[in-house]
Amino acid sequence: MHPVELIAVSKSYDRTTKVLEHIDLTIEEGEFFVLVGPSGSGKSTLLRMIAGLESITGGELRLKGNMVNHLPPKDRHLSMVFQNYALYPHLTVKQNILFGLHAKKVKKAEQEQRLYETAEMMGLTDLLNRKPKQLSGGQRQRVALARSVVSQAPLCLMDEPLSNLDAKLRAHMRVEIRRLQKKLGLTMIYVTHDQVEAMTMGDRIMVLNDGTIQQIGQPIELYNQPANLFVASFIGSPKMNLGEATIEDQQLTIEQTLQLPLSMSDIPQVIQRRNLIVGIRPEHLAYAKPEEADLWLEVINIEHLGNETLLTFEVGRELWTAKWLGQWLIQVGERVPLSVSIKHFSFFNRDSGALIQAPTENQHLEVVAL
Amino acid sequence: MNQVALPFKQIEANDLERMTKKQKRIKTFKGFSFLAPSVLLFSLFLFYPLGRTIYLSLFLTNSSGITTVFVGLENYQNIFLSPIFLKSLQSTFLFVLYTVPGAILVSLFLAIIANEKLKGIGFFRTMYASTMGISTAAASVFWLFLFHPTIGWLNQLLNVIGVAPIGWLTDPEWALISVAISTVWMNIGFTFLVLLGGLQSIDYYLYESADIDGAGYFYKLRRITLPMLSPTLFFVITVTFINAFQTFGQIDMLTRGGPQNETHLMVYSIYQEAFMNYQFGTASAQAIILFVFILVLTIIQFKLGERKVHYQ
Repeated sequence: MHPVELIAVSKSYDRTTKVLEHIDLTIEEGEFFVLVGPSGSGKSTLLRMIAGLESITGGELRLKGNMVNHLPPKDRHLSMVFQNYALYPHLTVKQNILFGLHAKKVKKAEQEQRLYETAEMMGLTDLLNRKPKQLSGGQRQRVALARSVVSQAPLCLMDEPLSNLDAKLRAHMRVEIRRLQKKLGLTMIYVTHDQVEAMTMGDRIMVLNDGTIQQIGQPIELYNQPANLFVASFIGSPKMNLGEATIEDQQLTIEQTLQLPLSMSDIPQVIQRRNLIVGIRPEHLAYAKPEEADLWLEVINIEHLGNETLLTFEVGRELWTAKWLGQWLIQVGERVPLSVSIKHFSFFNRDSGALIQAPTENQHLEVVAL
Repeated sequence: MNQVALPFKQIEANDLERMTKKQKRIKTFKGFSFLAPSVLLFSLFLFYPLGRTIYLSLFLTNSSGITTVFVGLENYQNIFLSPIFLKSLQSTFLFVLYTVPGAILVSLFLAIIANEKLKGIGFFRTMYASTMGISTAAASVFWLFLFHPTIGWLNQLLNVIGVAPIGWLTDPEWALISVAISTVWMNIGFTFLVLLGGLQSIDYYLYESADIDGAGYFYKLRRITLPMLSPTLFFVITVTFINAFQTFGQIDMLTRGGPQNETHLMVYSIYQEAFMNYQFGTASAQAIILFVFILVLTIIQFKLGERKVHYQ
């Protein structure tokens, strides 16, 4: 029995335009499931529909095998963390955490017991008598998490919980939330617009755009085999380098400027010759010794990140980025030698955006199975 | 070189000091010039009349308000010995007691039901707030018709359900209550609007979070709505409270202080003393007493109330 199942779920506010269309989704017990997409893609709406805060226009929502379309939020046995934490400003941390238990008339002794355990776990023991406005952003975040933990609901929903924190704290809380989820064995549905958050936290990710599912899969799967152009450009930072391409006489021409030799055996699934878009990840635009270079490109911008260097090139109308490990002292305007392999290219249909062929040689150096 | 350079530096330092001083003066001047209009207006229409009233309250005057005999605090003594004034004091307090909780409770109820997201709720919000746009005089005329002993709707209604008619404005038992009812009705518009504004500024996330936690309607009302509304409630209570003490228009229109001085509220009493009896000294003394009452009670209210208010 799956904790959450969505069957052809759709949402429409005015009966003509659909905010969400035909969402089919099954979430496993104890899974950290991430909904990711740009703003306006409907990911928060979907989460709120699961929570019961928004009505479901079409389809079926099942929790633990039971149809719950009609149930109010309180009967769905779940907890939720809101983007702005939704702490009650007039109540202390302790009262905030106990609000739900109090409402459900849980026995006093048990309330105390659960409060104590949760506060201990979240490191809030010293803050119990403070008001939310006396807390820092990170502490408020922890109170919001504590409220969700104390309810002991097996399903936890989070709506962009880290977006109000600074970068450093966000990275820290990512780890903390992930650890908490594993420790308590919670089934988590986590909404974010940040693909880094999605990649680092999710067991599985669903990419949503314009109310339709783009792809569902494990983070690495999404990175290596993006189902379409949207996922390809959304997942990964810096994003995948894309360019229009044609194939002619054993040659791949990209943006009418780059030409690469190619043999048909490299790309068995690419039948069409025109209307292609090819993509290559920045780390696959590697440095080559001048005499072994496949192509030379002029550097138009360079970013030093310390441990790696990002170089930007102009390819036709597109800007391409290369990611090189280490520190490279290169000047803007220099032409640098690059090696590219056809095996690293993804091929997409330009009209539908769908993937025709994923890279045949996928990170075989980087992916290490233990 | 050094010896030559030093005096120059000295001069520069002096110049700098002079210039910062000058800038400070300009800043102060600017500040006062912004303050001037309100200081002027307040002095003209508030501080001077207040001072003049205190001055007048120590004298006897002739019929055109010119001071004649200095009597010191005698006006005040006489007032507190006058049974009419004591009666007026009692009526005023009763009136405040009827109208403040009445207006607050009714408009709080209306604001809470009008805060629901329903189709056409805008119509009800407009209706409930509409009494704000009706002048006291117009509203009083309207209530005068309702209260009319024979053709008034209220008595006709009583007639239908078989209850003996009530002399709403003529029966000493009922007059103050009738005026209070009409006053509550007139105040609802303003208090409703302010309370609705307060309710709408409460973050809806709080309710959603409470929904997920399993809180019921009244639990949310008690634990979220009322505490979060408390600053607005406090403001509305203070304003209605002060307004109730200063009621005049509807008294003048509906009862003229009668029957048997039952609705002879303080401001009406001041008005009568000054412009009917031409006793400007006594009237001024009454005005000062009213001022002190309102001031003291408002201070007490702040002291007691602020502790229970949750400011964000």
